[in-house]
Amino acid sequence: MVKYASISETRCAGSNPGRMERYSLLSLVRHARRYHENWQRAWRDPAPKKAYDIVIVGGGGHGLATAYYLAKVHGVTDVAVVEKGWLGGGNTGRNTTIVRSNYLRDESSHLYEFSLKLWEGLSQELNFNVMFSPRGVLYLGHNLHDMREIERRVNANRLNGIDAELLSTADVQKLVPLMSCSPNARYPVLGASLQRRGGIARHDAVAWGFARAADAQGVDILQRTEVTGVRCDNGAVAGVETSRGFIGARKVACVTAGNSGVLAAMAGLKLPIESRPLQALVSEPLKPCLDVVVQSSGVHCYVSQADKGDLVIGAGTDSYNGYGQRGSFSVIEHTLQAICELFPAFSRVRMNRHWGGIVDICPDACPIIGETPVRGLYFNCGWGTGGFKATPGSGYVFAETLAYERPHPLAAPFSLDRFATGALVDEHGAAGVAH
Amino acid sequence: MFRIRCPYCRELRSEEEFSYAGEAHIPRPEDPSSLSDAEWGEYLHTRTNPRGPHREMWVHTAGCRRYFNVLRDTLSYEILAVYLVGEMPPEREEAR
Ligand SMILES: Cc1cc2nc3c(=O)[nH]c(=O)nc-3n(C[C@H](O)[C@H](O)[C@H](O)COP(=O)(O)OP(=O)(O)OC[C@H]3O[C@@H](n4cnc5c(N)ncnc54)[C@H](O)[C@@H]3O)c2cc1C
Ligand SMILES: [Zn+2]
Repeated sequence: MVKYASISETRCAGSNPGRMERYSLLSLVRHARRYHENWQRAWRDPAPKKAYDIVIVGGGGHGLATAYYLAKVHGVTDVAVVEKGWLGGGNTGRNTTIVRSNYLRDESSHLYEFSLKLWEGLSQELNFNVMFSPRGVLYLGHNLHDMREIERRVNANRLNGIDAELLSTADVQKLVPLMSCSPNARYPVLGASLQRRGGIARHDAVAWGFARAADAQGVDILQRTEVTGVRCDNGAVAGVETSRGFIGARKVACVTAGNSGVLAAMAGLKLPIESRPLQALVSEPLKPCLDVVVQSSGVHCYVSQADKGDLVIGAGTDSYNGYGQRGSFSVIEHTLQAICELFPAFSRVRMNRHWGGIVDICPDACPIIGETPVRGLYFNCGWGTGGFKATPGSGYVFAETLAYERPHPLAAPFSLDRFATGALVDEHGAAGVAH
Repeated sequence: MFRIRCPYCRELRSEEEFSYAGEAHIPRPEDPSSLSDAEWGEYLHTRTNPRGPHREMWVHTAGCRRYFNVLRDTLSYEILAVYLVGEMPPEREEAR
């Protein structure tokens, strides 16, 4: 465990690294007595140093988790996280927060399960409430083929020690009374898989929690600093050009999701990735009515109810490349049609907001973690529509990969050279519905 | 949401009538067995994926069902040019 020095509540902004004020009931009461003035800043806002051992590009959950585990597990603290906007302003803050580990292939199951285990203790680990709520994730089958795929996945999960249950239509109806399970429905529900340990979490809190804990160990978090170039010397990386000047680095780790192709091009590389908009919507807040996560790839929708009451609904990706952080109207229209078929009661719910994020899609729907042909330049990308659930695990294995300059065993199958060897890890089934 | 002018039907129609068919100008290698694994992998999987003008193929699925090329900005979604298979995008646009 990290050792947090205790400090008095009167100490304020501009904390020193290593001096994180612990959040607790006691600290809340103490601060309440002083009208909640002078809470310590959650992380510093330092000026960039000339050079770092490791520069991480991208202050989303994965980049911040990488920084945290580098410092915590490997004692590597000469690290900067360089973010062009604000922390979590990319896909981390735009996703529908489904966390689960029921993937089909051994390689991905192990990686996502490792991550799920980290989720289970993450709030304590970071001393920050990430609101991980393992309320169960249902995955519906609407025809015979769906059911065969679901059975196959449930069996594969069990062989890998991952909790998975097969539910009948009656079981589903009992769990989700609002769902239309009539045999006459347009998309009849023939059954489902259920992973009870899966659930949802608070997206921003994940970025903030990792940022605060990484900062406390001396990592510099540089917001509003855009990387505009990658400087290479004799086939080795030398640092990054940024909107705040050149920052030298022995290693540069790009964790930039949908913009990974742009970063790769700065170093003269191309990746097997295409960037596409993926959309989500939230409704007005409702009284509690849905206490599990429901996914269906057959009709392409996924929905859960956040703790503050709004329905969080995810749609599909656009069929074409795009960086616009907005998506086609026809895609959300299609998703809402499916939601209304499944939950007729939702047809009169008003939607509050909708937005898009740019997801980085690999041909096998699996990530790319590790080195590149440029020495010292690493990528952790390709998480596409489903990387939020992997945030702690991805950071953990990538940190070790960077620290030892060899892949963590769980990351090894996801190297860039699998696209030359042909050892793809086809997860289109388990990742088929975007989540 | 955007509209595309089909070069065959010569009509400006909603994007929903069309299907995206991937990056354009990636010819299948003449002699695949002479390629290295890396070269073959690159042909299959590696894409330009630019943030800006992108040369791509579309098919008019709900119309004439023919394939053609489009030069489209992936950030603004503006269609910069529509041209036929076998042609290259107009010079002016490509220089952008
Ligand atoms: C609508 C939607 C729904 C989703 N639903 C789910 C879900 O339910 N479950 C799930 O597991 N996953 C889901 N995902 C996927 C998930 O959000 C991502 O895989 C994950 O959050 C990626 O995290 P990241 O830290 O790698 O990327 P991001 O959070 O996108 O972080 C990358 C950061 O890099 C920064 N950056 C980019 N270029 C530069 C530059 N040149 N210089 C400096 N900084 C730069 C960006 O500003 C950004 O903050 C969803 C995604 C979307 C869009
Ligand atoms: Zn046509």
